[in-house]
Amino acid sequence: MPESIPLQAFLSSPADASRRTGPHDRIVLTSRVRLARNLKSFAFPGWAKKAERLQVLDLIRQAVASLPPLQDGFAESMDVLSPLDKQILVERHLISREHAARNAGSGWLLSRDEVLSVMINEEDHLRMQVLLPGLQIRQAWETINQFDSSLEKLLDYAFSPEIGYLTACPTNVGTGIRVSAMLHLPGLVLAEHINQIIQAVNKLSFAVRGFYGEGTEALGNIFQVSNQMTLGEAEIEIVERLIKVLAQVIESEENARALLLEKQPAVVCNQIGRAYGILAHAHIIASKETMNQLSLLRLGLDLGMFPGLDRSLVDELFLVTQPGHLQQRCSEKLPADERDQRRADLLRERLSAVSRPVMPPRRSSSGPSLDKSASV
Amino acid sequence: MLCDACHKNEATVHLTQIVDNQMKTVDLCEPCSKAKGVDDPAGFSLAGILLGLSGATAPEPAAAQAELQCSHCGFTLADLKKSGRLGCSRCYTVFSEPLHSLLKSMHKGVRHTGKVPHQTPQSTNLKDQIQKLQTELDEAVRAEQYEHAAALRDQIKQLRQQLNPASHA
Ligand SMILES: [Zn+2]
Ligand SMILES: [Zn+2]
Repeated sequence: MPESIPLQAFLSSPADASRRTGPHDRIVLTSRVRLARNLKSFAFPGWAKKAERLQVLDLIRQAVASLPPLQDGFAESMDVLSPLDKQILVERHLISREHAARNAGSGWLLSRDEVLSVMINEEDHLRMQVLLPGLQIRQAWETINQFDSSLEKLLDYAFSPEIGYLTACPTNVGTGIRVSAMLHLPGLVLAEHINQIIQAVNKLSFAVRGFYGEGTEALGNIFQVSNQMTLGEAEIEIVERLIKVLAQVIESEENARALLLEKQPAVVCNQIGRAYGILAHAHIIASKETMNQLSLLRLGLDLGMFPGLDRSLVDELFLVTQPGHLQQRCSEKLPADERDQRRADLLRERLSAVSRPVMPPRRSSSGPSLDKSASV
Repeated sequence: MLCDACHKNEATVHLTQIVDNQMKTVDLCEPCSKAKGVDDPAGFSLAGILLGLSGATAPEPAAAQAELQCSHCGFTLADLKKSGRLGCSRCYTVFSEPLHSLLKSMHKGVRHTGKVPHQTPQSTNLKDQIQKLQTELDEAVRAEQYEHAAALRDQIKQLRQQLNPASHA
């Protein structure tokens, strides 16, 4: 394993990271499958003494780093990574916020292709995830399952034939699996159907959360759907059930977009045009507003309103305008108001070559939608 | 709607779970959800929240259970109630009774039906043990020690059930 390469030399640039594509990535941003495992005869990280945690870290790190996906990967102890490194990893969805707060006694590994990552001594001894662009839940499960099967030959997992893999928190016991997808749902939000969708998905025992924000007021109209139950259902059943649910959400989002264009084209174009105007011309812009306006820009792109614009640029802007990435770019620690100016400078610069939006092509014969909304 | 944890702020995070057609929800404000780690969707713990909320659905400990402690790691039932987490993997055996209702309320079932590690030392141990007892049993039958043989047969039966928990349902 390469020794002490700085994280920033290993990690792909935001531009390269944003160029990854996958099936249905208009709506499904990423797919992720995470497995929680623990070693027998060691206390869980939250209860273990420091010496025990260091022992576990060493054991797992050696085993994980010996397997092909991680052999040429990145491995580091959490106390070596700087606070900025950790923030960037959180923004890339490669570590949890909980893990970012850890120091000595915890570790993290990432494969060369940045698909597979392993957190050591987070809430459990071992949390491994596969993160793929677009809708690739099944592939993510197969990859992480294979990795887990190689790892179980090297490590003595805590497992009970009755209740499965034993985890620090009883919510994860059994399969220890968390299957999730991050969805961009501006159509359902604009059409005000999002709450119905969330309730329907909840009824199927999946959790829906605003990814960057809270509850239904998700920043950037980004939502994460994930399983909540891990015991009493096999991994593949959870995976297949989520795929079915996602197919329905994707269809609802597509329908909502088509309907909005058909019934309220002026409202939709107004929102997207304003988003473009603000992003391309603001001189001060906060992180939250940036997310929301970029979401509308992405919607406009999907609707054909920005013929020359590449989606990877929008996704890159989602990433580089977040506090950690922005700070890394400016290579200095900035106060919030200074950041808001730098963020606006960056957006103006990157969007300067993007032409103003064109009206989307009408799909059906023109309806009386404008008259209707005018008479209300 | 007020936050279930602090009862002060407006709740903006709504966690829902359907169990046996009964909807269980926890509504939290943003600071409380952050404090409880709910802002990380990959890592949040409904158990921790449920247990932490004035025992809303937490198991009712009998007086005897309150003294329960894991001999391997020293974790107590009070620690479990406070944190919603366990101390080590053996805690699952020690606290199996109070955990049972919790697992039942938060999961689809109480039996693991998913992946099993190929090399589970626990099951190999059991198999070895059964094998050994079986040999002893054969010898006992041959020596016409029927009382001993009956005891051995019961022991084997018990171990088989441990190995294959579904079979005694
Ligand atoms: Zn609160
Ligand atoms: Zn214990």
